Order: sequence, then C-alpha cells, then structure tokens
Amino acid sequence: MNEPSLTGRLIAWLADLVRGFGLPEPLVQIVGWIAGCLAVVIAILTTVIFLIYVERKISAWIQVRIGPNRVGPYGLLQTVMDALKLMLKEDIMPAASDKGLFVAAPLLVFATAVVTLCVIPWDSDASGGELSIGLLFISSVASLTVIGIMMAGWASNNKWSLLGGLRSAAQMVSYEIPQALALISVVVWTGTLSLREIGIGQSGWVYEWNLFKYWLWIPALVYFIASIAEVNRTPFDLPEAESELVSGFNTEYTGMKFACFFVGEFASMFLVSLVFSALFLGAWHTGVPALDKIVPGPIVMYTKAWLIVLVMMWIRWTLPRLRVDQLMGFAWKLLIPAGLVSIVVVGVVISVGLTY
Amino acid sequence: MQTTGFATEELVINMGPQHPSTHGVLRLVLALDGELVLECIPHIGYLHSSLEKICEQRTYVQIVPFTDRFDYLAALANNFCYVRAVEQLMGVEVPRRCEYIRVLMAELQRITSHLVWLGTFGLDLGAITLFLWCFREREVLLDLFESTTGQRLLYNYMRIGGLRNDLAPGFIEKARAFLTSLPDRMAEYDQLFTGNRIFRARVEGVGSLSREKAIAYAVTGPTARGSGIDVDLRKTEPYSVYPELEFSVPVCDTNDCLARYEVRLEEMRQSRLLALQCLDALEKMAGEPHAAKVPKTIKPPAGEVYVRVESPRGELGCYLLSDGSDTPARFHWRAPSFANLQALPIMARGGLVADIVAVLGSIDIVLGDVDR
Repeated sequence: MNEPSLTGRLIAWLADLVRGFGLPEPLVQIVGWIAGCLAVVIAILTTVIFLIYVERKISAWIQVRIGPNRVGPYGLLQTVMDALKLMLKEDIMPAASDKGLFVAAPLLVFATAVVTLCVIPWDSDASGGELSIGLLFISSVASLTVIGIMMAGWASNNKWSLLGGLRSAAQMVSYEIPQALALISVVVWTGTLSLREIGIGQSGWVYEWNLFKYWLWIPALVYFIASIAEVNRTPFDLPEAESELVSGFNTEYTGMKFACFFVGEFASMFLVSLVFSALFLGAWHTGVPALDKIVPGPIVMYTKAWLIVLVMMWIRWTLPRLRVDQLMGFAWKLLIPAGLVSIVVVGVVISVGLTY
Repeated sequence: MQTTGFATEELVINMGPQHPSTHGVLRLVLALDGELVLECIPHIGYLHSSLEKICEQRTYVQIVPFTDRFDYLAALANNFCYVRAVEQLMGVEVPRRCEYIRVLMAELQRITSHLVWLGTFGLDLGAITLFLWCFREREVLLDLFESTTGQRLLYNYMRIGGLRNDLAPGFIEKARAFLTSLPDRMAEYDQLFTGNRIFRARVEGVGSLSREKAIAYAVTGPTARGSGIDVDLRKTEPYSVYPELEFSVPVCDTNDCLARYEVRLEEMRQSRLLALQCLDALEKMAGEPHAAKVPKTIKPPAGEVYVRVESPRGELGCYLLSDGSDTPARFHWRAPSFANLQALPIMARGGLVADIVAVLGSIDIVLGDVDR
C-alpha cells in the first residue's frame, strides 16, 4: 500500500488518541468501526436536511418561484423546522391497520438506507466499514427497501396504499435487475466486488475513470436510470404518484413515521449517487493526479454525489411520470437487454485483451 | 388441506371525493383488476348548492354574481351567457363597443381557463413544473381582470344591457403586451411538455371517444372537437361580434387525450388572435358608450328563451322562463362539464388507473359547473 491519504492520516491520529486511553487493540478496532459508521451516518443525515432544502430551492427556480426564504438565512432552517414539526405531530395509526408491520415498515426503509451508507469508501483507506464484497452488500441490502414499502402498503389497510405498495414491488424488483447487471459489468471489468479497490483502479487522470473506459458508459447509464427508479423519483415515482394514488404507500403515515420514509428516500438518493460516483466517476479521485494529494477524498466523493443528486432533481422537475406498463416495459425491453449486452461486450473486451 | 390456487377478485375502490386529481369533489367508483379499470362510475353532487333554485328567488340583476360561481374558472363566459339571455328576453340592443369588450373578456377568459387546464393536466401526468409556468401567465391576465373588474376570480362584470364599468385605463396596452408575449410562453410549454416522449406515450391513443359516442352523449367544446366534431357555437351559431372576427376552429379526429390537448392549445392561439382583433377594434371605438339604457327594475315580458355561448368547456346554455315578474320563473343552466363528464366511463373503461387521471384531465371539468 502506498502512503496514507489525508483522511487516512486523520483516522490514524484519532485511533492513536483512543489508544492513549489505554484500551486494548481489539476494542480500539470496534470503537473505530462504530465511530466511523456513526460519523458517516450523521454526516449523511445532515446532508439530507440540506438536500431537501436544495430540492425545494431548485424546484422553485425551475418553476419561476422563490422557494423557502423565511426561516433562517435564505430559508436554510426551513427543513430543520419541518422536521421539528413532524416530531411534534400526532402519531396517527389507522384503527384497522396491522400495527406491528405499520411501525416496522418505516424503520426498515430508513435502516436499509442508512446501513448501506457505512460501506461507502471515502478514500483509499477511509470508510465506515470496509467490506471485500461491498458492492454485493449494497445491492442486497438496498433491495430490502421494497419489503418495507410493501409492508407499509399492506399494513395501512388502505386500498390506495396497497396499490402503491404493489406498484413499488413490481417496479423495484424489475429495476434491481438492470441495476445488478450494470454492476456486474463493472465487476467483470475491475475484477473485484470491493468498492475500495474499484476506486483505487480509477486513480490518475480523468480518462482513467470507469465512465470513459470502452463501453462502460452503457452500464453507467443503465445504473443511473435504474437508480432513479430504485429511489422512486420522477419519472419513475409511481409508488407514490400523487395525482393517481394520493400519496401511495405512505398515505396513512404521519409524524416521525412519515419522516422516516421521507428521510430514507433522500438518504437512498444520496447513497445511489455515492455508489455511482464510486463506480463510474473516479470515486475519491479528482481526475487530476496533482490535485489528489491536496484535496481530501471525502470532499471529492461528497461533491460528486451532490452533482449527481442535482441532476436527479433537475430530471424530477422536468419530466412527467410514466405509466405503470410503460415503466415495466422500459425496464424489461430496454434496460435489461442493454445491461446484458454490456456484460457481453465487457467480457469480450477483457478476454480478447483489449484492456489498457 | 388442499390448496385451490389463488382466488382473485375485483378491487372496488373509491377515487374521491377527496382525491388530488378529481379536480374538485368528484367521486369515481372504480372496479379494478390489478391496475386495469373494468368499470368507472362517476358519482356527482358533492358540490351541489341549489344555485339554479337560488337564482329563481333573486331578481334578474341579482343573479349575475351567482352565475360567476357555476364554472368558476370561466366566470366571464357565464356572465356573458346569462346577460345575453336576459337581453334577448327583453329585446335590448347593446352598444357595439360593449359587445367587443365582452368578446375580448370572454376570449381572455378562455386563455386563463385553458391555462389552468393545461397546468392541471400536467400535474395529473406528474409534470409539476408546467403547472407553475401556466400560472405565471394566468397571473398577468388575472391582474388585468382585476384592474377592470376589481376581482380576480368571480368578476361579476357584465350587466344586463352592458358592463359594470369601462375598461381600466391602460388595459388595452397591457393586454396587447401580454398577448404579444404569449406565443413565446407557449413555445416554452411545447418545449417542456408537448414534445416530451413520456408525455406523448401517456396521452396518445388513451381515452378514446368515438365521434358517434361523443354525439350521443352531447359532448361539446374542445372535448367534442378532439373527437372530430366540428362544432363551435362561435362559428355554427355566431353571436355577438364573432361574425366580424377572423378565427379558425381547430378540430382533431384522433379521438384521444392528445387530440383534446392539441385542440385546446390551438384554441389558446386562436383566442389570442381574437383578443388582438378586439383590441384593435376597441382602440378605434374610444369614447363610445359601454352600456345601453335599461330600466332600473328589470321585468322582461312573459316568455321563454334559451341562449347558448361557447364557453371554454363547450356549449354553455341558459334557459329562462319569465312570467313578467322581476324574478325568473324557471332558471336552468346547461353546463358543458356535466354533459362531458358523462362520457368519462366510456373513455376510462379498459384503461389503467393512471389513464383515468389523464382522461379526466383532458375533458377539463369544473365541479362547480357539474353540480351547480
């Protein structure tokens, strides 16, 4: 391993600090994991607060409005206040709902979004918890979200919620396939499931990023589109299609339970953006080797994820919504074949030895 | 225990009366097979307010503000229809300048009404931005209406024999400036929405209403013209100063939501041309009176009359039966939304839930008009 990065050095310094208290080494490890994951989760949840603010501002600009500007400077505290309001709201549970599932659903959705954040690599030697099968972990845990949403739709005992839950099940299951196929292309190309190693493989100049290698822009596109569908955003926001299903699976939810869904959705939006930048956009590399030594990796990752999220917001406020059959057709007739083709292409390229 | 396989049943579900896209308090009872709509039954009456009966208790002059409240997105068209009916009953001739102002207002109203329709249609299809873009333009027009009538939604502007007051100073210039900028704005809608492939996929071939069915259900207005029926009272039964104005009536015969969409967009362009012609004429007529002399208490001679105008939603008719007193013996309102809504089940059956929303958006009902 070459010299530690800026973030790596910071972590090492913190670990030494903990060792200073005279803790045994295994305990230091455990403290490190917990602290790392907590730091990531707290950072992302804070980010989500501002994502919601930015979403509202961007939608306002696109729609020739002003957007939130009353609470705090430039309305920056608007979401904080909204969250506070949600905490204070009465927690209504429909009388005929399945109580256990009704409570479990938002927690599950929220937890899956948060857990996956921990394995994101922020630098060559910094992540919440390094896993050699990080990619597999992310795609399998992220697919648990659909169970939460179905639970919510079923437990609400509301026909519109049920329709929303069913739509979401069909949609997420369909879109996970192209997403996974896109991931496989990358795995075939890089030969590893570890997000960290995929990131390391993209060091150097911009053209070393996976996005610019051979045909990898196809899986990149497939992954991006499927991700938008995974996080239920326009044009794929059918599970909660407001004009059709009232609010879909979360119609019956209020207060903090609703907030869990809401924050979970934004957290997973940020998560897929992080994964996208780790897989295709050079992870923590700036694309200019000289700059990599100065700019800390986490900042680079964070900025890239923000940019991708901004694109998602832009798409959301521009496009209408697909119909349910068109949605499925798009996944099965276009994205999945594209994903399969890209695996074949990447496979052929590698076996012929065209890699550079 | 023996398993007999899955039993499936129809899902009967209430869409409304509280639902984001029933455009008010409409209740649709849907029978669904998955997402497929097997049956769709509109239940109306949630906004029923006995307005027709109330009007029969009021004097002719007092009725005008009530007519605002039928189709509240096109209050001026309602005003227009009602005052024309009373004038015809009384045999009053209104000054030409007044007619021009009425037509100008009716056409500007058509643009505002269609702007609301376009925005909410976008909303129904999940394009939220279009809604606010449309309201940006509508805002200018509402400001204009406010300057002249003092109101932004329910104008109570037209009077039997004339108008409440003349156009506000500067109205013509502001209206012209707006109408000049409108094509640019509409090009923006086209860019954002009309050419969008997702939008086309959502509306093309959806909600088909055949020409025969449309006639059978007495569907009128843009909904009928989207089914290839060339009927527009401004052309087929010209009233007011329409015969003096140049315009064309867009007709599309593909019968789907896209046809109705395109007809309405073209109507906005035609209304713009009509309004511009009215503005030109009005400039030449400066100083002429805007109201005829009518008696203080209006007591039309006994008799009956049915007068109809082309409202933004179709044929708007007003039936008045006079017994010689100062209140109508019978007041009936032929509401285009009511007739158009009856054709919804035909268009909705066999589609998906999302199609109902698109169809409902494309027939452009106003529940105040349906229930009265």
